Amino acid sequence: MRAVGAALRSREAAVALVLVLVVAGTTVLQPGFLLSAGGWRDLLLTPSLVAVLAVGQAIVVVTRNVDLSVGSVLGLCAYLTGTLFAAAPDLPVVLVVAAAVAAGAVLGLVNGVVVAFARVPALVVTLGTLYAYRGLVLTWAGSDRIDASDMPHAFLDLGVRQVLGVPVLAIVAVLVLAVAAHYLHTSRAGRQLYAIGSDPDAAVLYGLPVRRRILTAFVACGALAGLAGVMFAARYGTVSSGAGTGLELTVVGAVVVGGVAIFGGSGTVLGAATGAVLLVTINRALPVVGVPDFWQRAVVGVLIITAIVLDRVLADRRARALARARDVRNPQEVAR
Amino acid sequence: MKFSRSVAVLVAAGAALALTACGGAADDAGGGDGVTVTMLPKNLGNPYFETSTSGAEEAAGELGLALEEVGPETSTPDSQVPFINTSAQQGVAALVVSANDPRAIGDALDEARAAGTKVVTFDSDTDPEFRDIFVNQATAEGIASKQLELISEQIGGSGEIAILSASANATNQNAWIELMEAQLASDYPDIELVEIAYGDDDDQASFDKTAALLQAHPDLKGIVSPTTVGVAAAARYVSTSEFKGKVAVTGLGTPNQMREYVEDGTVTAFALWNPGDLGYLAAYAASALVDGTITGAPGETFEAGRLGEFTVGEDGVVLLGDPFVFDASNIGDFDF
Repeated sequence: MRAVGAALRSREAAVALVLVLVVAGTTVLQPGFLLSAGGWRDLLLTPSLVAVLAVGQAIVVVTRNVDLSVGSVLGLCAYLTGTLFAAAPDLPVVLVVAAAVAAGAVLGLVNGVVVAFARVPALVVTLGTLYAYRGLVLTWAGSDRIDASDMPHAFLDLGVRQVLGVPVLAIVAVLVLAVAAHYLHTSRAGRQLYAIGSDPDAAVLYGLPVRRRILTAFVACGALAGLAGVMFAARYGTVSSGAGTGLELTVVGAVVVGGVAIFGGSGTVLGAATGAVLLVTINRALPVVGVPDFWQRAVVGVLIITAIVLDRVLADRRARALARARDVRNPQEVAR
Repeated sequence: MKFSRSVAVLVAAGAALALTACGGAADDAGGGDGVTVTMLPKNLGNPYFETSTSGAEEAAGELGLALEEVGPETSTPDSQVPFINTSAQQGVAALVVSANDPRAIGDALDEARAAGTKVVTFDSDTDPEFRDIFVNQATAEGIASKQLELISEQIGGSGEIAILSASANATNQNAWIELMEAQLASDYPDIELVEIAYGDDDDQASFDKTAALLQAHPDLKGIVSPTTVGVAAAARYVSTSEFKGKVAVTGLGTPNQMREYVEDGTVTAFALWNPGDLGYLAAYAASALVDGTITGAPGETFEAGRLGEFTVGEDGVVLLGDPFVFDASNIGDFDF
């Protein structure tokens, strides 16, 4: 019983539980949601892209920053992917992936440099680059678009191929998650990201390389958005200048729902990825169970607000518990 | 960015217009020389509007008009307002617009017309009081019945079908859907329309909505998508799923976007008019309004280059013609 209680206090487990309930409930109403070949594949495949973005976003958010430009970075890198293939269909896929990831990293670096060195709030900087990067795609692509027939079959096939019943893109997402989780949890630099997010001033006073760490976080987020751009091209087979528009809000929503505090310092990439899977799956489940189109966004909104309120309540409770613990240890504090 | 570049051109063009306006009274033979026309599609990155703009450019070349294309990134109801305002301020001679919403841009168009700008809508109309001429690609009846004819042929005359539309308030989509519903009830008693989904003319949303439709309705036999983005996304999803060959996909698409899916057998046939001709006719109509050949009153006629003579109908509507069916036998002849 206590184990169950402890598991429920973990945000990751709570989100995963809601996810299981959503999938189970939808499957009861519409067995094909989970039990058909396509249903199983889509269940794993559709959230992969947002999950990769959420992992990148979580790395930035734990440092008490945010990257709103990920949707535009994704669009730019997806269009780059398509353009490279259209120009040279025989290009090895690995090379194109590397190019898109590198392009994403450069765009992330720009965000990071302005945030870390010019000390402009990340919200403002990345809101600016959200439009600037989108403007870049628009100028570049104009009203052109990349169609499925412009890209090689071997590449498009990656968007749907499965290995032992698991889609390739889902495997990519899990690998990204595993590497990021290991890094954040065990490495010195990873722990420092949390320290910076908990109290930036203390981190500076303590002598942590704050600027370098923030720069790294933005580069990682940009690179992952670049990777997501490749995944977008492979999965959807069409890329226009609007690819990924508005996705940043889904991603930030996923991170918040997954228990990464928007003011930094706590939460895990596992939680963020689970939050992404939950949001995407709810979006897929609502039309399947017959909820009208117009209500679907509202449900997602309610979910995000619930998550934030829950965070607030839990944080207050923890603060009170800590205060009580301190008072017990130091009775004279209370007397004073 | 595209927007600011166009603004610069418009400023220059506005100045040119002021000059010709002075000279025009003395020399009628000058015709359209130096006249500026602004083309405002629903959104950029849409190959359909790319083709209509190149048709308009062809006409502009023949007429000696200066033609500029501006447009929003997404086809949301009010996204065209700033572009209309800018055109009005620059005093362009005519605005050729495909409306994202029948009323949301009405005030902006009123203002532009008060400033002397002629307004031609094409592809998607506003309420008649907001424009001078609507260049209609085909009658709504013709489009609705052509699509039902195609889907009925492809599913063998009976079974469940669904419609994948653009945004829920897209004028043309809703008009076609209403007529299809009426015609289904009267002429196709064995075909049941089970759901209308909205993909917002976004690749990703349309793709995911297709997946949801197929899950929610296991007996679905066909999807009709009267929008180019939607039908390509639906075909892409079906071509990579176990529904390929079992669920028919048809609607309004462009040959370049659908080529892949016609060749791999996912799609048998789909329909469209030639958007190039549509843009061409719209530009001729704009020119005829500017030089006073027509005012928008029923019964007036004007010449439209290689397309011949057109007559203005009730409510200032000019009709292009009947929809055209593309299939494996003729798709190779088209490139737009």
